[in-house]
Amino acid sequence: MYDQTEFDRDFLKTRAAQFRQQVARRIDGSLTEEEFRPLRLMNGLYLQLHAYMLRVAIPYGTLNSDQLRTLAMIAERWDKGYGHMTTRQNIQYNWPKLADVPDILDALAEVGMHAVQTSGNTIRNVTADPYAGAAADEIADPRPVAELVRQWSTDHPEFQFLPRKFKIAVTGAEADRAILKVHDIGLQLVERDGVIGARVLVGGGLGRTPLLGEELRDYVSMDELLPYIEAVLAAYNIAGRRDNKYKARIKITLREEGMEALKEQVEARFAERRGIYPNAVAELERIEKGFAKPVYKDAPTVAHFNALTDRGYAEWAETNLVSHANPDYAIVRVSLKGRGATPGDITADQMRALADLADEIGHGEIRVGQDQNLILPHVHRGDLPALRAALEGIALAEANTGLVTDITACPGMDYCTLATARSIPVAQGLADRLRPIERELGQVTIKISGCINACGHHHLGHIGILGLDRAGVETYQITLGGDPSADTALGERTGPGFAYDEVVPAIERILRAYLALRKAPSETFLQAVRRLGTGPFKEALYEEQKDAA
Amino acid sequence: MSRIFTPKVVTANALLEGDVVYLAEDGAWVRRLDEAELIEDEAIAQLRLIDAQSQPDRVVGPYLAEARASQQGPVPGHFREGFRAAGPSNRNHGKQADLTDV
Repeated sequence: MYDQTEFDRDFLKTRAAQFRQQVARRIDGSLTEEEFRPLRLMNGLYLQLHAYMLRVAIPYGTLNSDQLRTLAMIAERWDKGYGHMTTRQNIQYNWPKLADVPDILDALAEVGMHAVQTSGNTIRNVTADPYAGAAADEIADPRPVAELVRQWSTDHPEFQFLPRKFKIAVTGAEADRAILKVHDIGLQLVERDGVIGARVLVGGGLGRTPLLGEELRDYVSMDELLPYIEAVLAAYNIAGRRDNKYKARIKITLREEGMEALKEQVEARFAERRGIYPNAVAELERIEKGFAKPVYKDAPTVAHFNALTDRGYAEWAETNLVSHANPDYAIVRVSLKGRGATPGDITADQMRALADLADEIGHGEIRVGQDQNLILPHVHRGDLPALRAALEGIALAEANTGLVTDITACPGMDYCTLATARSIPVAQGLADRLRPIERELGQVTIKISGCINACGHHHLGHIGILGLDRAGVETYQITLGGDPSADTALGERTGPGFAYDEVVPAIERILRAYLALRKAPSETFLQAVRRLGTGPFKEALYEEQKDAA
Repeated sequence: MSRIFTPKVVTANALLEGDVVYLAEDGAWVRRLDEAELIEDEAIAQLRLIDAQSQPDRVVGPYLAEARASQQGPVPGHFREGFRAAGPSNRNHGKQADLTDV
């Protein structure tokens, strides 16, 4: 884990103290809402449909057990006993009271956490591969670079009022688990002549205009990384559209200016800034020491293999375990999509119990995935049966990660003031309907957003669902063929949408068609869509309308 | 041609809790939609909204929301207002669980 410095601690304490004063001035009437709004947003505090919402950053998705216990304490003391994991490695509290937020920020600062820049037109929480430091296919741990970028971007005076928000993700493996291509900047750590540097992608994003990022530079050395991405931000800060918020993201700047023109602007800014962070490599080396591999234990793994004779355990192992760099270890995916669950929600009791398990058998680490699940990144295979039993005791042993019931869903109109329709009950209805055939269906990813802003990443779902308000009625558009993996693809819209009570059976028709159309059980849904095109699935989807015509 | 005015209620979020609130006929802020004043005259609606906007120490973001008359008082005119009035549909832990005056 990152070792905080005195500077980090002072910054968070000062920032929390400033916000305490700002809240007091809002409550006593010294600040109007117009004056207060940008201040609260800089500290992650939104006003949502029913209450304030505090979005807390989990930088690069990494938590230690003490931090998770603090998140549990906050949920219990100042919220309604739970938190909601987002698709960008944040946790959201749906019910804080305004006067309590300074106390919450103080509590977060005690464990090195904060809500700084989780909103507003600034550089947002830096995200990373949730399996960082544990994955078998990794060439470098992306978290030290992500931490360096976090330090550079936090309170950066030049980039507090960008044309629009700006999202950066980092990964250290070919298998893209950080969805680089839908970020304003995606950094992929690559090796050249034995030296780690970064491939830089730019101009990706979802929302109203979904576009995939493109390569800006194939390699930037570590000593030049901060000046280079600062040059990208500086170029965007000047060229980005401020006249139209829907055209203000760098993805639009790239397409309006063209890659060559953007590159020229970036290189010009880079020439000015080269060498401005002479201590960055030394700081990166200091950060890297905090992310040293855990001391893995040498112990028998036989308990895991013996347990595989139990069907429930074998199913959990099949879906919820991922290969670890150490073959005696596994990465454990902890599903937050159990029966009746709101995707991404976790109670304070579950957080606390998971923190204890992480301490006992997980080297004290917990990760948050972009799929709204949690991860224990380092579990010895000999400890897996005991872990699963303990997870069963806290209703976190659902054996479904990557299956059709592992649905990503934004809060939607149940909480979000921007939403145009609900997401959560659609996810719950689908999970209930499809659970009996989830194993038969194999790997299928459904992602649901409750508005065009696409926080539920619906464009990337093998099946995507977008909730809209059509003449005062909740209506759901369906996309097919999206892919959040390294072969990132945006789904194709099928046609007319479906009413709230029609969408679950509609999705079931698509999936029943897949079962009938696939060449063999080994052909996944996405492979079948790629082989056959969307035509046969659309035919199944709209068969009722055709019959009625 | 001007649009025909349809009944409205004045709604906002309470400054301290963020809770959904409605303006009642006596000028109090209430948490229940069925206790809100249903305004059927456009000029009165604008006056009530101005009154709400003059209370930034109590509420945030007041606006006029569509509503309809019923025997139990105003009911939501749009599904969004229905969720604001009732609380989230995924858990019984919002407004449904605790309804008292501001």
